[in-house]
Amino acid sequence: MTGRITLTTAALLAVALPAGAETIGISIPAATHGWAGGLNYHAQATVERLSEAHPDLEFVLTTASDPSKQVSDIEDMVATRNIDALVILPFESEPLTAPVARVKDAGTFVTVVDRGLSQDGIEDLYVAGDNEGFGRVAGEYFADNLEEGDKIVVLRGIASTVDNERVEAFNAAIEGSGIEVLAMEHGNWNRDTSFTVMQDYLSRFPEIDAVWAADDDMATGALQAIDQAGRSDEMWVVGGAGMKEIVARIRDADPMLPVDVTYPPAMIATAIELTAMRFTSPAPVTGRFIIGSELITPDNAASYYFEDSPF
Amino acid sequence: MTETDTRKAPPRRTINLHAVGPLIALVVLVLIGMGLNDNFLSYANITNVLARSAFIGIIAVGMTFVITAGGLDLSVGSMAAFVAGVMIMAMNALLPIMGGGIGVILVGILVGLVTGLFGGLVNGLLITRARIEAFIVTLGTMGIYRSLITWLADGGTLSLNYELSEVYRPVYYGTVLGVSWPIIVFALVAIGGEVVMRHTPFGRHCAAIGSNEQVARYSAVNVLRVRALTYVLLGLLVGVATVMYVPRLGSASATTGVLWELEAIAAVIIGGTMLKGGSGRVWGTVVGVLILGLIGNILNLTDLVSPYLNGAIQGIIIILAVVLQRERRLGH
Repeated sequence: MTGRITLTTAALLAVALPAGAETIGISIPAATHGWAGGLNYHAQATVERLSEAHPDLEFVLTTASDPSKQVSDIEDMVATRNIDALVILPFESEPLTAPVARVKDAGTFVTVVDRGLSQDGIEDLYVAGDNEGFGRVAGEYFADNLEEGDKIVVLRGIASTVDNERVEAFNAAIEGSGIEVLAMEHGNWNRDTSFTVMQDYLSRFPEIDAVWAADDDMATGALQAIDQAGRSDEMWVVGGAGMKEIVARIRDADPMLPVDVTYPPAMIATAIELTAMRFTSPAPVTGRFIIGSELITPDNAASYYFEDSPF
Repeated sequence: MTETDTRKAPPRRTINLHAVGPLIALVVLVLIGMGLNDNFLSYANITNVLARSAFIGIIAVGMTFVITAGGLDLSVGSMAAFVAGVMIMAMNALLPIMGGGIGVILVGILVGLVTGLFGGLVNGLLITRARIEAFIVTLGTMGIYRSLITWLADGGTLSLNYELSEVYRPVYYGTVLGVSWPIIVFALVAIGGEVVMRHTPFGRHCAAIGSNEQVARYSAVNVLRVRALTYVLLGLLVGVATVMYVPRLGSASATTGVLWELEAIAAVIIGGTMLKGGSGRVWGTVVGVLILGLIGNILNLTDLVSPYLNGAIQGIIIILAVVLQRERRLGH
């Protein structure tokens, strides 16, 4: 009986709302590190922009600091806000797969961003960065700009599938170039850890020609360690992601930072815009949208610099 | 008869293995390091390890007092991140008013010390006056400070103005007679801590409270004040550590100081201070800090162990240290 009453109420509410009032729920990780901070900035900016452009669209934005909080967020959105679409950047793939599948089964349009779910075919739209390209583009730059026998060290991210994909692609790109990889350790996408690991690399290896730091936070830590050791003129560093301080140094042609490889937190904007497009235009928006990893050079750096973003 | 005789015999004077244990572990680690890499004992490597251990070390000296008095502080890592953020924001804000001179840096340092002191005072008062468990209070403030720094940094990174970074830089990278500043400050804090622990009423009162609070109270020890003071001292030392930390990378973010509280507590325990309080050994804590610092360094200097296992090796050493100490204690 109670069930039927709830159903009727829901039906009445749906009728009472203006036709076309669609609610889009957005669930992303909390701003606990630089890249996630940029993600939050771009999510909020996009919501503001779209709310103005489309008054009949409603948005619910939640940020979660762990997977279980994110599951609760999604449950709350479905139960209390009756969302028509869900844009989600899963904190972790495994624990979020079943909850998102339930949302999909209820007839909601699902957009998954960056980290995929562990089961295929749940999402309607997949928007992601190109991790394989991220490693490959960096690797190709090393292969093109180093001589045979040159020595490099690598700072990896947090041990994860994302990190493995990037490093495999990097290794594949430098294969056959004769570049010698002296060591690969985890800098955990963190400045302090990378500073420490780089200091130890510098004690361990008398000759290093270049560093692949695989992330701009790690590049920042590595640069300080190199500076302290007084070996700035011996090597250059390639980071990744497109942190604005790093982009600014590339724009100003810093010899230690020749290029950077993008992995933009602004991909959440792409995902939200495309999802909104499904309700505001007849354009088909299902499928996969992979955002390319591009090389930032002194010539194009200006177009990758976002003044107001925290990242 | 024979039994009584042996029982009455005076205990043999042996070397206190319990106290020497951490030192032996340190020596073994140094030998392993020397065997694995020729550069291990190089001046640059030793300086790096000591300087980067200084942050945890300075905090761990304060933590020794808190734990000796039967308390615990889980908030120090988050507090360090928060203090660093406040310092950076204060200095950036003062730059246009005061110009890019040494004055701004001095004010920034003062802000850091006062913020740390205040943070410790909040913990101390909540624990002693509001009578809430130390574990709960500091678990709460840990979350509060971590959120505050994320919020202040807008989820990104707070960076010190470039011009100021250059002026402030020598505080981490500079040297006096070839010894870098963080090492000097760490040494002074450790020596001061050892003296206070051994030779002042405050140190004795900490041990008395940690050993038996009731007895300490009957012995006219002002339990609440001494306990609150241990947290204030720790907060101040978090401020000191942060003053040394900020010039290193000139930035603070939500990942600054993550797990520092556990490293500091681990160093204290490895050094021979008991987690339940009652007896503290500041020099032991210093040895504990060096052991933790060297493990990371040695693992980075060699490819012998998969980097995935760094945390596991540190964990094994922490557990081993405590197990060895307990067995010796039971043997008495």
